[in-house]
Amino acid sequence: MSGSITQAPAPRGLAAALANRIADFGELLISWAVVVGDISLFTLRTMRWMFTRLPRRETLMPNFYQIGVLSLPVVALTGTFIGMVLAVQSYQQFRNLRLETRLGAVINMSLVRELGPVLAATMLAGRVGSAMAAELGTMRVTEQIDALSAMGANPIHYLVVPRFLGCLALIPGLTIMADFMGVVGGAFYSIVVLNIDSHHYWVNSQRFVGSFDLFSGVFKSLAFGAAIALVSCHRGFNCDPGAEGVGRAATEAFVASFVLILVIDLQLGILLDALYYTLWPEGPSFV
Amino acid sequence: MFSLSSRKRKAAAETSPWQGPLVALRDIHVRFGRQPVLREINLEVPRGQTLAIIGESGCGKTVLLKTMIGLVRPNRGQVLYKGQNLTRMSEAELAALRTRFGFVFQQAALFDSMTVAQNVSFPLRQHGYKTPEEIQQIVLARLAEVGLPETVLHRKPAELSGGMRKRVGLARALVMNPEIILYDEPTTGLDPIMSDVINELILRTRQRNPVTSVVVTHDMHTARKVADRVIMLYPLSRLRPDEPQMIFDGTPQQLDACTDSRVRQFIRGEAGELLMELREQASGAF
Repeated sequence: MSGSITQAPAPRGLAAALANRIADFGELLISWAVVVGDISLFTLRTMRWMFTRLPRRETLMPNFYQIGVLSLPVVALTGTFIGMVLAVQSYQQFRNLRLETRLGAVINMSLVRELGPVLAATMLAGRVGSAMAAELGTMRVTEQIDALSAMGANPIHYLVVPRFLGCLALIPGLTIMADFMGVVGGAFYSIVVLNIDSHHYWVNSQRFVGSFDLFSGVFKSLAFGAAIALVSCHRGFNCDPGAEGVGRAATEAFVASFVLILVIDLQLGILLDALYYTLWPEGPSFV
Repeated sequence: MFSLSSRKRKAAAETSPWQGPLVALRDIHVRFGRQPVLREINLEVPRGQTLAIIGESGCGKTVLLKTMIGLVRPNRGQVLYKGQNLTRMSEAELAALRTRFGFVFQQAALFDSMTVAQNVSFPLRQHGYKTPEEIQQIVLARLAEVGLPETVLHRKPAELSGGMRKRVGLARALVMNPEIILYDEPTTGLDPIMSDVINELILRTRQRNPVTSVVVTHDMHTARKVADRVIMLYPLSRLRPDEPQMIFDGTPQQLDACTDSRVRQFIRGEAGELLMELREQASGAF
C-alpha cells in the first residue's frame, strides 16, 4: 500500500536561499494577517452578542468578582510602591534645582496619566488575562466549548461577553485605586521620609494635575481592559491541544496583552495630548 | 423566491412528520488546513436507527459526528436535518436546532466549575423552559435513569469516577428529550463491566424513547451490541484518490461476513502489516 517516497533535491545557491527567505517572510505575513483577521472577527462577534443579549447575573457575577475584587489588593500594593519609588527617583534632581515642593506635581501627574492605568492593566493582564486564556484553553482542549455549542449555547455569549464586560467595567475602578494608592505612597515618602513641606506639596499637585489628566488615564484604561479581555479569550479559544498548548496560550495571552497595552498607550497618549493642547494651548509647566 | 420556498420547507418540517431520513450527509468534504480528513461522504440515517461508525484512530469518525451537529463546518457538501441544511444556518438557527440533538462527548466534557446538578440542568436553564422545581425533578429522573443516586447532585465532576462522568454526560444529553443522540466513543477508557453498563444504557435509552442514535466507536463489542447498522471509515492518508473512504456499510451480521481485508483486520484487531507500513512512513519522513 505504501510506496517509496522520492523527493527532488532541494535547489542550492544564493538565489535559492533568498527565495526561501522571501517565502518564509511571506508565510509570516500571511499568518499575521490571518491572526489579525481572526481577532477582528472574534471582536465583532463579541460586540454583536453584547448588544443582542446581556448574559445572566449568575454568569456575570463570578467573573466580576474574579476580575475586580480579587485584583484590587495587588493593584493597590503595586500603586503604593510605584508612588514611593517615583519620590525616591525624582527627589535628588528636584532638590538640586531647589524645587522639592514641585515633586507632588510630577509624581501625581505621572501616576494619573501614565503609571496608574498602565500598571493596573499590566497586573490585570498577568493575574486575569493569562488565567482566562488557561481556563478557556482547558475548556477547548476538554471539549467543554464544543459541549456548550452542542447544547445550543453560544460560547462567545456565554464565556467571552461576561469576561469582556468584567474587564471593561472594572478596570477604571482598578486604575483609580492604583492612582489613589500611588498618590498616598508618593505623599507618604515625600512628606514623612523626605520632609517636604506638605502644604506646598499638595498645592503644587492641585495646581498642575487637573481633571483631564485623571480622565485621560481612566479613558486609556478602558481600551486596555477591552484589549486584555479580547486577546486573552481569543488565545484561550484557539488553544493548541495538550498541557503545553494551554501553557503557551496563557503565556501568549500575557505577552500579547502587554505589548498591546504599550502600543495603545502610545497611540492614545499622542491623541489625548493633541486634544489637551487643542483645548488648553498654554499647557502645564512645572518650572 | 428561494427564501420563500426555504421558509415553507422549514414550516412544513415543523408541522408535519418528516418522512425522509432524519440526518443526511451529501458529498461531505472536510479539510483541516492542508490535511484532508473526510472525502465524498454520503450517508443517510433514518429515524429510529442506531448507526455505529467504526474505524481506526484518526480516520475522521469524530469529525464526521461533529459535522452532523454543525460543530465542524464542511468545506464542501450539505448536512441535512429533516431536509434543513445545517451548513447554511445562522448561529441562532443552529442553536435552536441543536436542542433536538444530544451529544455524549468522549471525555464527558462536563463543566468543571459546575456541580453535577448544574451540568445536567444546563440545557434546561439555557433555554429557559422550566421552573426550578420542574428542573430539579427532571434532573433527578435523568440521573436515576443512568443509575446515579441523588447524593452526586452537589458533587463537582472532578470528584467522580470515569464511568460516573460518562453517565452524567449521558444524563445531560438526554435532558432535553432529543430526537437524535450522538455518542463519541462512549466506552473508551472504561473497564469492561462499566463499558457494558454504558452499552446497556444506550440500548435502554432507545427502548424508552423513540430516539435515533449514532455511535462512534472502535470497540467492536459496542458496535455489535447496540447497532442496527455499521459503517467503517478508512484514513485518507492510506487510500488512493479514487478509493471511497467509507469501506463498509451494512448490518453487524454482514460485517462478520465481509471479505475486505481492511475490514477483517479491524474487526479481528490484528496489526498485520500496519506496523511495517508505519515504520516505512516514519523513516520516509526523515
